[in-house]
Amino acid sequence: MKLLRLVFKNLLRHRLRTGLTIVGIATAVMAFGLIRTIVDAWNAGVTGAAANRMITRHRVSLVFPIPLPYKDEIAKIPGVTGVSWAHWFGGVYGDPNDFKNFWARFAVDPETFFDLYPEYQVPPDQMAAFKKERNACIIGRKLAQQHGFKLGDVITMNGDIYAGRWQWVVRGIYTGREPSTDETQMFFQYAYLFEQVRQNEPGRPVEVGWYVLRVATPDAMPRVAAAVDDQFQNSRAPTKTESEKAFQQSFVQMSSAIITSLQVISVVIVGIILLVLANTIVMSVRERTREYAVLKTLGFSGRHLVGFVLGEALVISLSGGVLGLLLTFPIVQGFAKALPTFFPVINVAPLTLALGIGAALLAGLAAAAVPANRVVRMPIVVGLRTVG
Amino acid sequence: MRIPFSYVWRSLWARRLTTALTIGGVALVVFVFAGVLMLARGLEATLVDTGSPSDAIVLRRSATSELSSQVDRATADVLEAENGVARAADGRALLSRELMLVINLYKKKSDAFGNVSLRGVTARALELRPGVRILEGRPFQFGTHEVVVGKSIATQFKGATLGSVLAFGGDRWTVVGVLDAGGTGFDSEIWGDVDQFMQAFGRPVYSSATFRLADPAHFDQLKARFQADPRLQSVELKREQEYYREQSQTLAKFIRILGLLVTTIFSFGAMIGAMITMYAAVANRTVEVGTLRALGFRRWSVLGAFLLESIVLALVGGALGVALAAFLSFQRISVINFQSFSEIGFGFALSPSVVVSALIFAVVMGIVGGFLPAVRASRLNIVNALRAA
Repeated sequence: MKLLRLVFKNLLRHRLRTGLTIVGIATAVMAFGLIRTIVDAWNAGVTGAAANRMITRHRVSLVFPIPLPYKDEIAKIPGVTGVSWAHWFGGVYGDPNDFKNFWARFAVDPETFFDLYPEYQVPPDQMAAFKKERNACIIGRKLAQQHGFKLGDVITMNGDIYAGRWQWVVRGIYTGREPSTDETQMFFQYAYLFEQVRQNEPGRPVEVGWYVLRVATPDAMPRVAAAVDDQFQNSRAPTKTESEKAFQQSFVQMSSAIITSLQVISVVIVGIILLVLANTIVMSVRERTREYAVLKTLGFSGRHLVGFVLGEALVISLSGGVLGLLLTFPIVQGFAKALPTFFPVINVAPLTLALGIGAALLAGLAAAAVPANRVVRMPIVVGLRTVG
Repeated sequence: MRIPFSYVWRSLWARRLTTALTIGGVALVVFVFAGVLMLARGLEATLVDTGSPSDAIVLRRSATSELSSQVDRATADVLEAENGVARAADGRALLSRELMLVINLYKKKSDAFGNVSLRGVTARALELRPGVRILEGRPFQFGTHEVVVGKSIATQFKGATLGSVLAFGGDRWTVVGVLDAGGTGFDSEIWGDVDQFMQAFGRPVYSSATFRLADPAHFDQLKARFQADPRLQSVELKREQEYYREQSQTLAKFIRILGLLVTTIFSFGAMIGAMITMYAAVANRTVEVGTLRALGFRRWSVLGAFLLESIVLALVGGALGVALAAFLSFQRISVINFQSFSEIGFGFALSPSVVVSALIFAVVMGIVGGFLPAVRASRLNIVNALRAA
């Protein structure tokens, strides 16, 4: 206990230095937490994917639509318990250079889509209103918050993929069942898209972007995928069917270079924590070389001395780590504000917190190793002779 | 009177380990800072150089990319006859009607599929883009199922090398050549005959038309004329460079915001590192400072010496960081650009402006980190300082 007090007394000798070091480590841990959170946010689509859903899309690429009549044939395939479809709308809302004005807009089948996505929770009366009105839409809670959209508001935008000026009335606001549910999307009736295009661009075919399949058990997935893709193998639009998780994963993969560089940066951060901390410990130990020699003379063993150095390093690194993690929350919030809708789901994961503290602890141990070793090895006479 | 520079240098050398640790910290921060700038520069350079200042592109009104754009044959015919379009020696318009699609290919490295742009072009396309040349093999023949692939595609994706056969649009396409577009966006595309592509994919309309301006200086007049032309109401004219700059905007802005946020946080950490080192330097050398003052050096000389020490620390760290970052120029990455929904390959571009910004950044860190400790040193009382120890 007395030894612990000595550690604290030592820490308070250079309050400014100790304080600065803690702040330095806190900054680095905060950056570490932020980057890990961003990587998690990137993967949110994969985390949020349901285990019983599959996606069928055009085999050549997602940008090619597939025919609407496929839905009946897919529904007949054994193991498939539900089919719905969706289509990417695009569109330009307000100033396209403002990140806030970009969010996902899908034309969906009002009767089946929300049955397949129970995580989008819509109050029954709003759902009924949505189904009744051709140009109604349902938007996510976060999206509504960001733009101040309320029930009954009209959202207007220019079409980019589909020409013309488009208008929807907000008839429903959904909330996510899980924290990993994306609450920034907008859904409207597929029939509305179909009718508008026929009116604006006569002769232009309107098809389906992708089908969503619900399967009875996850084990059935490979069989269902093969059955669906075989069915359309030789048709005009061959398909590719995969689990929703794999589908989302492919989006993440497209940005893998950025994710890799973020991971490299987070390792660099641990290096920086180490440097800042090592610097402080090395300095403190060097200044106190004579004191340690005196302690040795008094009969303190090498183990005690290691304890002093290590204790000091750990107290600093832990306080820095905790402070840094506390700061992670506001900075993540600020980041989400700076790039709204870029990451629909951004939460600090428990694993991130654990890793942050772990990194700080590890840095504390590593930073103390060399100076502690030096103190233990130092002959008493040499220590006493040292001039600081 | 100034304190000689050798004093500064020797002071740093005397505490080699601490000096090295601080320099290391600054170097890491500058490395990340320079890396981010290089990446954003590289991306912008790739896409902006893709466009030529003397060319213009016609897209469907309010289309944000070629992928979401449609230009029908009638409109293309009107454009072909326009006298704002430059003519080749044979009197035909220097205009290429193009179709833009995206197909999936598998990446060599990760085995995951990536989106690749497929550009159908007409015979004028190569004339319009003098920067694009055939690196290997030969150009594709019009009227056949032959394609040429950009060199980024050939190196990053499976089954896209010379002589291989790609399957898309219900047909098989032979790769007969590799394009070198000088590091521009075309390096990440596959080119073939536009009519063949339209037939294979059942597309009745083009995506865009690109043409050489007869008079680039009068672009605005031409744009106004197009807007007034009843036959061209569905389309919009853009300078090609402007179009490609817009294409890079989101991704470049994202890299910048993320990168600068991270480096700002980092630099704060490095400044604290420098500050700790300098405070310790001042505390250790109290007697020295007292001696210097007793010898007749003024307060501001002491302040200058300590500040200089901190700047030297930061500058060495900065130079080291930039040197490390220079190795990144050998690295090329390929990442999705959501604006065009296809992969774009680009590198880290080291430019003089990046080096200068990184070094300025380092010096600022040195000044901010060293200022308070230097002030403390300069304010020491001579007698107390000499008595300390």
